[in-house]
Amino acid sequence: MTEKVMMKGNEAIGEAAILAGCLTYFGYPITPQSELPAYLARRLLKMENGIFLQAESEVAAINMVYGAAGTGKRVMTSSSSPGISLKTEGISYIASSQLPCVIVNIVRGGPGLGNIAPAQSDYFQATKGGGHGDYRLIVLAPASVQEMADFTMLGFDLADEYRNPVMIMGDGALGQMMEPVVLKKPEIKKYNHDWVTDGAKGRGQNLICSIYLDPAEMEKYVHEIYAKYKIIEENEVRYEEYLCDDADYLIVSYGITSRIVRTSIDLARKKGIKVGLLRPITVWPFPTKVISEYADKVKKVMAVELSMGQMVEDVRLAVNGKVPVEFFGRTAGVLPSCNEVLAEIEKLV
Amino acid sequence: MGKLNEKIIVAGFGGQGVLLLGKLLSYTAMYSDKNVSWIPSYGPEMRGGTANCNVVISDEPVGSPIVTEPNVLIALNRPSLEKFEQILEEGSLLIYNSSIIEVEPKWNNGKVISLAASDIANELGNPRLTNMVAAGAYVKASGVFTIQELIDAVPHVISKRFHNLIPLNIEAIEKGAAAVS
Repeated sequence: MTEKVMMKGNEAIGEAAILAGCLTYFGYPITPQSELPAYLARRLLKMENGIFLQAESEVAAINMVYGAAGTGKRVMTSSSSPGISLKTEGISYIASSQLPCVIVNIVRGGPGLGNIAPAQSDYFQATKGGGHGDYRLIVLAPASVQEMADFTMLGFDLADEYRNPVMIMGDGALGQMMEPVVLKKPEIKKYNHDWVTDGAKGRGQNLICSIYLDPAEMEKYVHEIYAKYKIIEENEVRYEEYLCDDADYLIVSYGITSRIVRTSIDLARKKGIKVGLLRPITVWPFPTKVISEYADKVKKVMAVELSMGQMVEDVRLAVNGKVPVEFFGRTAGVLPSCNEVLAEIEKLV
Repeated sequence: MGKLNEKIIVAGFGGQGVLLLGKLLSYTAMYSDKNVSWIPSYGPEMRGGTANCNVVISDEPVGSPIVTEPNVLIALNRPSLEKFEQILEEGSLLIYNSSIIEVEPKWNNGKVISLAASDIANELGNPRLTNMVAAGAYVKASGVFTIQELIDAVPHVISKRFHNLIPLNIEAIEKGAAAVS
């Protein structure tokens, strides 16, 4: 498939995973991401090496991912907000064990059971750990159906490169909407797999676990993982800039919200307001450095997101008091219109 | 002519093919190299028998795929007309299925087209062609595509086992276009 096709975001993730060599999926259905397991069930069960399993629960599914990741195979699971909460214990184990996998969260309105509409209120959960203990996920935030596909492929590469779980953080709108998408089979690098537990035939034993009863030993191990996170922070920060060069005001916004902000910026520019958009593509590692640099040039910074104010905390840390940081958010499944965001931009002036 | 920015709501009863109508417009837009997004209503509003989808067709990258300020409404039943005419922008295009909507639209702030879509579909022998009649009418009235571009997209949205019905769908599109003066 190298021509443009119309696809739902959820389905584009599924096809991209297969193209990236992920033929193993464990999950449990939940709206608004169920088209993804449905798509993979249709495709994987027809493939000789395909494994698709609908587990009895989210907890079971993530632990199946844990096991499969230990064999070095590319493996994926997906869910939406409450389901991801159930998976966080397993995600912590996977991160601690330094295993590669891709976890998709098609975020919905919350907290609690909430609703099935688009939201970004799982930002803290995705970027600050979510589960227990000191760990990080690499978190990619697509803003289009094309990026849902592209970042899935990128996610598998990053997971293998750093032996770390990667999260694709979408939302209900990106999952449900169709847009034109081009799906190209990527080249897949050979990664070092001398750590896998796939039967010790002809070699010594490998052990994958996350238990270190001796605190001193565990602390040393956590420091090793954090040395890896430091490299990820140096190498893997991704973001996009829109009309930032001459901006007096900088908006920081990601995912579906950044598209609405972009339209609002076009409207504001027509009114003579010099405003630009910085869109984090990796929300962890966060584009702290570039935002800090813009804070030396602009008059104000505003974070716009679908929550009561989560990413704004990272923006404030980056700006570090140099200029005022404003916030505008809608939450619980409500999306702002471009005119609403425009009104907030006008208030900055 | 200004820059293209069609913010379309297609709405009707479940079973009237509103999602397919939206898909047809989306595919036509994609093959015409326009930016386009399509999103169905999937929340609580779809309970109770009404269905709708939002389609945005634009020269610019699509911002929000969710249409809160539509400039096109294709209403195939009365509840859809009454719900969405309230949020139509000034100067919009409103097409309503006058075969089964027995009231006049209250909104009269742009182009209003009364289309006997269900009657035309019934004359062709199948009420399920209502959506195709409406698609033809929309394309003729808006001029966003040619009728031929719309017809060319039909095989891409109809599943293979119904491909024998393509000629009938095309006829419905042409009848819908012809109904717009």
